[in-house]
Amino acid sequence: MKTYIRSSSCISPQKTFRNEDFLIDIVEYTGPRLSTIEPDYKEFIDPKLIRRMSHVIKMGVAAAKDCLNQAEVEMPGAIVTGTALGCLEDTVGFMTRMVEQNEELLNPTAFIQSTHNTVAAQVALMLKCHGYNNTFVHKGISFESALLDAIMLLREQEADSILVGGTEEMVDVSFRILTRLGLYRRWPTSNLELLSTEAKGSIGGEGAAFFPLTDKTSKDNLAELSAIKTLYNINDIEGGITKFLAENNLKPGDIDLVITGKNGDLKNDAVYKQLGSSIFKDSNISNYKHLSGEYSTSSSFALWMAANIIKKEIIPQTVIEKQIDNKSPKKVLIYNHYLHKYHSLMLVSAI
Amino acid sequence: MRLLNIMSSSVYIAGVGVISGIGNNVAEHLRAFEQGQAGMGAITMLNTIHQGELPVAEVKLSNDELVAMTGLPPNTSRTALLSLVAAHEALNDAAIPDFKSLRTGFVSANTVGGMDKSEGFFVDFLADNNKGKLRNIFDHECGSKTEIVADKLGISDYMTTINTACSSSANAIFYGARLIKNDLLDVVIAGGTDALTKFTLNGFNTLMILDKQFCKPFDEHREGLNLGEGAGYLVLVSEKVAQTLTKPVYCKLSGYNNSNDAYHQTASSPDGTGSYLAMKGALEKSGLKPSDIDYINLHGTGTPNNDSAEGTAVKRLFDPNYPPMSSTKSFTGHTLGASGGIEAVFSVLAIKHGIIYPNLRFETRMSELPFEPETKFQKGQHINNVMSNSFGFGGNCTSLIFSRA
Repeated sequence: MKTYIRSSSCISPQKTFRNEDFLIDIVEYTGPRLSTIEPDYKEFIDPKLIRRMSHVIKMGVAAAKDCLNQAEVEMPGAIVTGTALGCLEDTVGFMTRMVEQNEELLNPTAFIQSTHNTVAAQVALMLKCHGYNNTFVHKGISFESALLDAIMLLREQEADSILVGGTEEMVDVSFRILTRLGLYRRWPTSNLELLSTEAKGSIGGEGAAFFPLTDKTSKDNLAELSAIKTLYNINDIEGGITKFLAENNLKPGDIDLVITGKNGDLKNDAVYKQLGSSIFKDSNISNYKHLSGEYSTSSSFALWMAANIIKKEIIPQTVIEKQIDNKSPKKVLIYNHYLHKYHSLMLVSAI
Repeated sequence: MRLLNIMSSSVYIAGVGVISGIGNNVAEHLRAFEQGQAGMGAITMLNTIHQGELPVAEVKLSNDELVAMTGLPPNTSRTALLSLVAAHEALNDAAIPDFKSLRTGFVSANTVGGMDKSEGFFVDFLADNNKGKLRNIFDHECGSKTEIVADKLGISDYMTTINTACSSSANAIFYGARLIKNDLLDVVIAGGTDALTKFTLNGFNTLMILDKQFCKPFDEHREGLNLGEGAGYLVLVSEKVAQTLTKPVYCKLSGYNNSNDAYHQTASSPDGTGSYLAMKGALEKSGLKPSDIDYINLHGTGTPNNDSAEGTAVKRLFDPNYPPMSSTKSFTGHTLGASGGIEAVFSVLAIKHGIIYPNLRFETRMSELPFEPETKFQKGQHINNVMSNSFGFGGNCTSLIFSRA
């Protein structure tokens, strides 16, 4: 059984949402925090509801609806999302008022929208979708866990169309705390030069990317999600990747394009560099975090990019790190790691 | 060939572990049930203005005591401490030979991560954004709690965390079972954990669904829920591993379903659509009829809305032959992300010891329902199939069915 990506929708700090152009007109940021470019949410959400929705709910619902429209799926059989930190705006909002008002006269809206499953729930509510609904919240592999769930559901024949998404929002409080934890650059850096200037720290980002997955073949499918694997605390990542490829009857040389999770932080990027001079010495290499910023479910942006590279047969200039040949990629490997602890591998192929 | 395998292979329960307001392990829970001892009382561990006003079911161990029991660092979130106690008990109970040589996983649920530590951090942080000890916030994420416990248990092949509010750990359990059915893992410890926090206490309080007295699930005069805390885990094993065990398995997970009410972010639909679909789907998955169910462990929070919707759904599915049923939240309080795991442990023990749990403080049958919950503790009953319900915010409804192996 194969898993196909029927369509994709991505809200990000770049012009990725409902844009015919594919990463051509790139938005430059000079600070360490990238915020999403907001679509007109009224097209997707009842204006009365918009006012009460936090940023991540709006992003998630709009991206979910948009990709379903593209794929002409009225009702998915299941909805599965991934988010590490969930609905931060509402969590922080409720907590702030709880402290400031000494636990008195609190409004429940922020609390009831603060649970991590709110995006998946709101999508279900809008579609009146009574099917399977799940949300994974495991750090840097939240989105990958959701994908694995969806692949298993297809294999189990529980549904033939499954909506999967990754979402994350950055709010002032999380940006401040993550800055104090040393995750971001201390000096102004253009995101366009992030990966060529070696320093400590990356840039923060946010976004939402959704995909209807199916086991049904169609010429309209974007790509095949051939395999996915997550590895925990592994020392020999080279061996881990080689084994993953072998499990899929591939060698490193069979990969037409490697998309890495390079984020501009010296320590973070060391492993990607090492792979670029070993197993992927002769491979085309691209990166994406200078466009999306770093966040726990940024691999959903990478999957959006990989599927579109395959479908459109174009590697956008802005993502290219190393170009060995000009063939249009048929086999793309996404390798991302989260603080060297969680490693995620996704294999995306032409249909 | 492969699909056939997925459909037909069974997943067995080889071990159980639980901690809640009525006990720190399985034996203490069985004793509390037999003696009708509820875990609710005054708030002693949270520094909140609701102390003395709202009853909660606290685990009767301080963080220091839990640290001493688990060997985790002193500053560890209570959510992880509770998780490790129960997960460790479950794993020891299963006593799987050659555990290290198997493909093992840990699938855990929680709803607010390290909130117990973060809310302390936040007070200082709000006053000055440069203040607040980072060690109290850096592992706030839900996934961190799972990771801390998995590391301690020596599980590294696979771990993940689920948060679908109050149905979280029921979803964790059947996700774990599916990882085994899909032949990705041999053994999965699955369930969930949640500690009491000011955040959730105040959240539920704003919804005006907390009972100022001890809760009365499925009673006509019920006024809301009591919050609780704890953790509950099952050790799930494949058929192959089950054959290597030195003692009999408890039972198998025969059915499961996750359906969405798609009605409202927090309220259940009047006819309990989501709960009905979850129970019906779990029955279909198990190949059982409603009349095969010997006991239902209800979600039964004690809020007017939940019990009415769940009761209506039970009526739609089971009328006119109702199996014995009860809400053990009348003992443990509502342990949120842990409740599905804790109640799965109770369901498994119901099959093993033939127990029907009493629904404490029940007095008056709900006017719209033709049935009422069990009020007497019974053991030595012949129980083959138990259904366990867990419903949450976001319309997330999950039912599990455990069956004699």
